[in-house]
Amino acid sequence: MATKEEYPLKKVCIICAKGTIEDVYAALIMANGAVMEGIEAKLFFTFFGLDAITIKQMNKLHTGTVGNPALRMPGGLPFPTLLGMLPGVEAGVSFMMKSQMEKLDVPPVKEFLEMIVAGGGEIYACKMAADMFKIEKEDLTEEVIDIITVGQFYEMAGGQGTQIIFI
Amino acid sequence: MADKVIAGITVNVNAEGYFEDPSQWNKEMAIEMAREYDIELTDKHFEILKYLREKYLAGEQLTIRKVGNSGITDIKGLYQLFPGGPLKISSRLAGIPKPASCI
Repeated sequence: MATKEEYPLKKVCIICAKGTIEDVYAALIMANGAVMEGIEAKLFFTFFGLDAITIKQMNKLHTGTVGNPALRMPGGLPFPTLLGMLPGVEAGVSFMMKSQMEKLDVPPVKEFLEMIVAGGGEIYACKMAADMFKIEKEDLTEEVIDIITVGQFYEMAGGQGTQIIFI
Repeated sequence: MADKVIAGITVNVNAEGYFEDPSQWNKEMAIEMAREYDIELTDKHFEILKYLREKYLAGEQLTIRKVGNSGITDIKGLYQLFPGGPLKISSRLAGIPKPASCI
């Protein structure tokens, strides 16, 4: 009979490559949830995920209202893609998402990053994406430790009980 | 549900050691349970345990953000007081159920 051994999770390395509210928050909640459980967490933002740590953009994240089949109107009817194209609709839906989260005590992005750092989590930006979007260290929020290469990221991802999660 | 003797008194705890009935809790039990985590409880710890118990008994959902805004300590301080599980360990020591919150 095969024996099953379980090793506790010791470290998570979370990569966030998207800049929508739901993708960024998925990464933040997972990282914060890890440090709350005593699990080491490293967050690496790349491509459009950089918006979450860029001072000018981090408080203006949106949820896409076009091409999102899971998006529904209040009440449960499907959200028509054509409606999502109208000016202001995406901003309205995004505002609603944020206010719903606030009710659950989910903080704004900047405060969430502070919480993760307070728990010992580390935040990094991807060098290639930063070069591509012409982003410098001073454009990024102070919680970001550094802009690093993928190789440096992998160097941090060693050790038994480590998982890499891509969002 | 199981019976466990903590600080000389038999209490009901669940499989993870959380109290089934917060009214069975007292400070000596918190001090004894804290030793499992190598935590020496100070007045600051007890202020947090008191806050958690009050909020729990008032039916409020507990989050580390809420404790961080309580005025007792900030979130960094909370991690230092209860290393390895700021909300989980403090809730257990406070004699209330395991927090069912993701934040």
